[in-house]
Amino acid sequence: MTRVRLVDIAHARSGDKGDRCDLGLFAPDAATYAVLKREVTPERIARHFAGMASGPVALYPLDNLLALKIVLNGALQGGAARSLRSDNLGKCAAAALLRMEIELPPDLVIPANAGIVRP
Amino acid sequence: MKTVRIGAGLGFYGDSWRPVAASIERGSVQYIGSDHLAELTLAILQKDRMKEPAAGYTRDLVPMLTTLWPLAQKHGVKFLLNAGGLNPEGARDALVAEFGKRGWKAKIATVTGDAVIGRIDALRAAGEPLDHLDTGASIDGVRERLLFANAYLGAQPLVRALEAGADIVLSGRVADAALFLAPLIHEFGWAADDWDRLAAGLTVGHLLECSGQGSGGNFNSYLQNGWESVPDLGHIGYPIAEVSADGTAILTKAPGTGGRVDFDTVRQQLLYEVHNPHAYFSPDVVLDMGTLKLEDLGGDRVRVSGATGRPRPDKLKVVAGYDDGWAGTATIGYSWPGAMRKARVTEAIVRRQLEELKLAYDEIHAEFLGYDSLLGALADNTHIEELNEVYLKMSVRAKDRRLAEAFPRQFPWLALSGPPTASGFSGIEPARQLLGLWPTLVRRDLVEPEVKVSLQETAP
Repeated sequence: MTRVRLVDIAHARSGDKGDRCDLGLFAPDAATYAVLKREVTPERIARHFAGMASGPVALYPLDNLLALKIVLNGALQGGAARSLRSDNLGKCAAAALLRMEIELPPDLVIPANAGIVRP
Repeated sequence: MKTVRIGAGLGFYGDSWRPVAASIERGSVQYIGSDHLAELTLAILQKDRMKEPAAGYTRDLVPMLTTLWPLAQKHGVKFLLNAGGLNPEGARDALVAEFGKRGWKAKIATVTGDAVIGRIDALRAAGEPLDHLDTGASIDGVRERLLFANAYLGAQPLVRALEAGADIVLSGRVADAALFLAPLIHEFGWAADDWDRLAAGLTVGHLLECSGQGSGGNFNSYLQNGWESVPDLGHIGYPIAEVSADGTAILTKAPGTGGRVDFDTVRQQLLYEVHNPHAYFSPDVVLDMGTLKLEDLGGDRVRVSGATGRPRPDKLKVVAGYDDGWAGTATIGYSWPGAMRKARVTEAIVRRQLEELKLAYDEIHAEFLGYDSLLGALADNTHIEELNEVYLKMSVRAKDRRLAEAFPRQFPWLALSGPPTASGFSGIEPARQLLGLWPTLVRRDLVEPEVKVSLQETAP
C-alpha cells in the first residue's frame, strides 16, 4: 500500500450555508472514485476536521458525477456573518480536505502528476 | 427546435460585469440572471439602510445597467436581478432616475413581499413558531435583536413580471436559481407541477448563479488540467446555458473569452453549496442530482440532462438576521527570524493585558496570517520556525461597540516595547457589526398573498 494526499488524485470545492461547511470531492476516473468511496469515510473526515467542525459529518456519494458530497456541521463559528475567522465562508476547507492522506492500492494507475508522499 | 439562451450576470455584490458584456455581444443570450445576494449580503445592506433609509439595495445595480443597457437594448436582452435587496422600490427609483436622465426607455418590474420583518408576530400568531431550522431553538432568544427577515420567493412572481412585458425585473430575496428558472418557465410555458422540467431549470440556475465559478473560475484542482491550465482568467467568460423545451441544456460561454467549461468545472459548481444532493430544495421544486448526466462535448460545451424533480415544499425558507454584537480587530506583523515565536509571544502579552485591564470579551480569536489564517487547525506546522513573516491577527467579540473598539488600542505600544521587528500594524478601523443568521420556515399562504409585482416604464 502507498499513501497519497487527496490533492494528488482528486479535486474539491467548498462553501457555506449558515454554520455548515459543504465540500464536493471529485475523482478524475471511476477507479479513483472507488478508492475515494472506500477511504474517505465520515469517520475519517470527522477526524481530519476535528479542529474545525464540532458537529456530525454527512456524506453522499454521487456515482453519476464520480463525486462525494461532504457536509460538516458546526464548522463556521455559527455562520459567516458572525465569525471572527479570516476564512469565514469556509472557502479553504476544500484545500484542507485535499491534504488528507489515504491508502492507495498498488494497482491503481495514478495520474501522471501525482506526488506520492510516502512509499 | 426552440432553445432559450440565458447568461450568468453577477455572482455576488461586487462582482464584475465586463464578462456580461461579452455574453451579450458575442454569446447570443436572450436573458441575463444576476445574483447579487449571498446569504450574508442582506446583513451588509441592512447596515447601509440603518445609515441611510433610501439605501438597502446593492449599489452596483445602477452602474452595471447604465453600462450594459445600450448593448442589451441593441441585442434585445432582458435582465432579472435580485439587486433590490432590502429595498427593491428604492433600487427601481434610482434606476428610473438614471435612465430618465439619459433619455432611455425601459419597462422595469419590481417584485416585493419577501420582507417579513414587520410581520413576525403575525406569522407566529398564525401558527408558525419560527424556530431555528437547524437547532430548533425558539426565536424568543433573538426576537428583540432581529434586523431583517426575508423569505426566499420562487420563480412565479418573476414569471409574472416577464409576462407583463418587463425588460428589467428587480427583486429582493428570491431563490438564486429562480432568476434563471423564471425565463425558462416564461418561454416554454412549463406547468407549475412539471417537476422534472422545473428541476432541469433549477439545475441550470444553480450552474449559472455563481458567475465565473461555473466556467473555470475558483477551479480548485491541482491535477493535470487543474486551475493553472484554465485559459485567460483575466478575460473569463461567464457561463451561458442553451436550454431546450425538455429541460436539456448545453452549458457554454461566449467565444473568444477565457475560462473553461468542461466536465470538471461544471461538476465543481453543480455540487457547490449543496447539502443533500438528492433533495436540493427550492421554492419551486425539489431536485435530485443523483440522476443528472453531464456529457463533455468538447469546445467548452457540456450537455446537462436527466434532472428529476419532486413536488415543491409547502413552506418557504425565511432567513432572518439579528444583531450579534461587535468585532474589534488588530493586526501586527513580524519578520524572520522566529516570526511565529514573536507573534505568539505578542498574543500571550495581549491576552494577559486584557485580563489585567479587566476588558472582558465574549470571545478572543487569534490567527497567524502567513501560517494558519485560512486553514486554521488544519495548517501544516512543518516549516513553522523558518517562516519569512507572520502577522498576528486578533479579533474579539463584544456586545458593546465601544468595548470592541477598545481592543485594537491595546497594540500600538508593542511597536517599540514588544518583541523585535514589529511592522505593519493595522487596527484603527471602526468595530464591525456582527450578525447572526436565523433560518426558519413559513407556510407559503402566509407570504405569497403579500407578493406584489409592479411595472413602471421610464419616459425618455
